[in-house]
This record gives sequence, structure tokens and C-alpha cells, in this order.
Amino acid sequence: MSTPFYVSPQQAMADRAEYARKGIARGRSLVVLQYADGIVFVGENPSRALHKFSEIYDRIGFAAAGKYNEYENLRIGGVRYADLRGYTYDRDDVTARGLANVYAQTLGTIFSSAAEKPYEVELVVAEVGETPEGDQIYRLPHDGSIVDEHGSVAVGGNAEQISGYLDQRHQDGMSLAGALELAVQALSRDTNGSEREIPAERLEVAVLDRTRPQKRKFKRIVGRQLGRLLEAGGATTEAESSEEE
Amino acid sequence: MDFLSEHQPEILPGNRQLPPTQGVIEAPHGTTIVGVTFPGGVVLAGDRRATMGNVIAQRDIEKVFPADEYSAVGIAGTAGLAVEMVKLFQLELEHFEKVEGAQLSLEGKANRLSTMIRSNLGMAMQGLAVVPLFAGFDVDRDKGRIFSYDVTGGRSEEHNFAATGSGSIFARGAMKKLYRDDLSEDEATTLVVQALYDAADDDSATGGPDVARRIYPIVTVITEDGFRRLTEDESSEIARSILQRRLEQPDGPRAALL
Repeated sequence: MSTPFYVSPQQAMADRAEYARKGIARGRSLVVLQYADGIVFVGENPSRALHKFSEIYDRIGFAAAGKYNEYENLRIGGVRYADLRGYTYDRDDVTARGLANVYAQTLGTIFSSAAEKPYEVELVVAEVGETPEGDQIYRLPHDGSIVDEHGSVAVGGNAEQISGYLDQRHQDGMSLAGALELAVQALSRDTNGSEREIPAERLEVAVLDRTRPQKRKFKRIVGRQLGRLLEAGGATTEAESSEEE
Repeated sequence: MDFLSEHQPEILPGNRQLPPTQGVIEAPHGTTIVGVTFPGGVVLAGDRRATMGNVIAQRDIEKVFPADEYSAVGIAGTAGLAVEMVKLFQLELEHFEKVEGAQLSLEGKANRLSTMIRSNLGMAMQGLAVVPLFAGFDVDRDKGRIFSYDVTGGRSEEHNFAATGSGSIFARGAMKKLYRDDLSEDEATTLVVQALYDAADDDSATGGPDVARRIYPIVTVITEDGFRRLTEDESSEIARSILQRRLEQPDGPRAALL
């Protein structure tokens, strides 16, 4: 190779963004939805051991798409930040906003530094409030910006298509079964518009449930409980479609 | 804790710099903590008194805390330090669970508590000791287990029943005569309150049930369903039935001679 060509900073940044976006689009999508009692995370994940959704703190959950080892690092860093803050001050002093800011700083630094490759990750940090008005969802793309989201959000894979589908159909105050069903339908739409079946074993589902009596509101939904919810969701759609007739 | 010692060691209790002092500091201490296993779980209970020399510093101090969903710690010794240690212990267990995605084994939790007590040895030698009793439900072995500690953090598993604190000798004597290995959960909770009553009877640093102020021992139960603390109504019910019979027999239930 001869001497390197000059690359304008604009071009360099655009290349880095393109690299990160491609990496994130290669991964599987996930969906975060608000429902009556809180926030639900749904994603296609065939692995039993590796999770896309995790608990960060009492009312705060973490979801990520993209490269697993990169977002694992961020996840553990987030848990450390939250636990340290809660211990040093008080549990109520740990907020999703504070955490999102820390993530934004970290991602921004990585993205701007020419020495490292950009992280191919897109994060969602969510906090469940005492009431639906208090719920917060923050989406953090690979470059360290923060987007305040409401109602529903999709990241990873063909996120734009799924977002569009969700925006049309999501309503405030849905039941968990209804929200789960909508999420699964949205995730099963392929890039060319056709649908595929996602069986329960390939689903990872978790909730931040404000009605839980414990302080820690995060809970994974697996096994029989997940099966029952999926059936309930299916029954709701059938009831609705028979009403329309 | 390892993360804290790398990044913010000054928050760890063991790393506080102490000014040189003459003699022992009079800090609140003195207690009875009692633990009893029964088929299906374990009960951990503690009295409510904190003393500073001969003065009762607090009538309703809490000495038994949930460590996590399946375990609890009861603490004897310097109240302020002990509460701080429990907070850090709770944090450590929660942190491990969140980072790893799985709970520590009961032995693992008992081990970590050991290390924490050991790191306090410097202050213990200056008179600020913390000595816990750790109880939990072992989901792998499907039974309740109790661990006692000495001031250096040395841990030993106790079978059937255990006690720690200034009133532990009297509590243990009572439990020696009352314990059976087929207790129901209700019987086990009654047993611990009997033992605490006997400890309060003979140890001035242990408080008995205060019916007038409605301050009762903290009684906690851990089974496969997790940690549960008895409500004030439940504890007062046990205390009242014990007190009623003590009005007739002040020394408590009599055991057979042979």
C-alpha cells in the first residue's frame, strides 16, 4: 500500500457510523413497550445463557442490540454505577436519566476516539414510575446520543420497519398479554414483509412491573408463565377479530 | 466489595482511619440473636434493646435484616457498625446476582460475610466488635441452615439451634430443653420468642417483649418461599400467649426430668 489518502473528519465519522449501524442491523431486533402496569421487553433470543435484557436497579432495566461482548461490558458497568450510587447516597437517588447520561458519555467517547473501533451496540434504558406518566424510556444509539422514547421502541435488526408497525398499533394502557402479542407480531415481520412463527422457547421476555410488592421491579417471564401469557394474548386477538365480524 | 476496594476503598467500613483512643469506647452493644431450624426452613429472631453501659440507648432497635430473598443476618455488637456492615453485605449479594444473573450459593454468602467480619478485626480489637448469626434457606439442599461467627470471621455451621450476643448463653439453655427436630413453623417461632424471653430474664442487655409500647422481638422466617418477617400482630400474638402462661409459671414451660 502506498501512503494513506487524506480522509476528511466528516468522512471518517460517516464511515464509523456506517460500520456501527451495519453491525447493529445484523443482530436480532428487540422491542420495548409500555403497558398498563409497566414496561415490557421482548426479543427473539434462542440462547438460554446470554441475555438481551437485564436488571440494573430497583426500577431500571437494560436492553441492548448488537455485539454481545460489547453490550455486556456496558451492562456490567451500568450495574456497578447504579449499585455504587445507591449505596453511597440512597436507593431513590439512582435514576435512568443519570444512567443514560453515563452511557451516552461512554459511547460518545468511544465513537469519537479514532483509536478504538466504534461499539456496535444500541441500548435502551428504561425506568418504571409509580404511574404510567412516570415511566421513562431512553434509546442510546452507537454514537452516544440519547433519544427520549414514548410508548414503544424497537432496536437492532430491521428496527425501522418494526417501529413503524408498532407505532400504528400501540396503545396506552394495554394489558401485558396484549402488549406481548403485539411485540411478537412486530418481531415476526421479516424485511420483505412476510411473517414467521417465533416459538416461546426462542423468546426472551422481561418486565418492569410497578405493581410488584418488592422493591426490585424487574422480572423475567419464562416457562409456563410465558406460555400462559402468549395464549392469553392469542385469545384477545381472536375475540377482537370476531367482534369486528 | 472487590470493585469498591479498587475504586473507592474509603467507603469500605474496614478502611476507616481511627484516631488513637485511650481505652474502650462506650458504644451501644449487647443483644440476643436466636436461630432455629425446622423441617422446611429456619427462623431467625432478635431482641429490640440497645444499651450503652447501664443506660438503655434504644428500645426498638432492629437487629435482624434480610440479606436477600433467601437469607437473613442477625447482628450482635456495635450497632452502628453492624448496620453498616449489613447494608454492604446486602449490596454485595444483590450486586453479584445482577452481574452474574444467578444467586450466590448459601455457602458463598456465608463466606463473604466471613470476610467482611474479618476485615473489621482491627476495630473489634478496639472494642467495636460485630458478631453476626447468619441463617438462610439452601435451595440446593432444600433445608434451612444457620452459621455462627466469631469476631475474627471464623464461621461454623450450627445444627438445630444457635444463639449469639450477651444473652446467648441463657437463650441456648432454654432452647436445649425446648427444641425438637419436628417443629412446625408456628412452634419454631414460639420457641425463639421463649428463648429471647429467657435471655431477657437474665441479661440486662437483652430486652423482653414490651407489651405496653407494643415493641416485640423481630422474628423472621425463611423457607423455600423466601424471607418473611412476622407482622406486629403475629409477633404480639405469640408474645401474649407466652406471657399469659408465664403469669402462672414465670420460669416458662417445664421439661421432664428423664
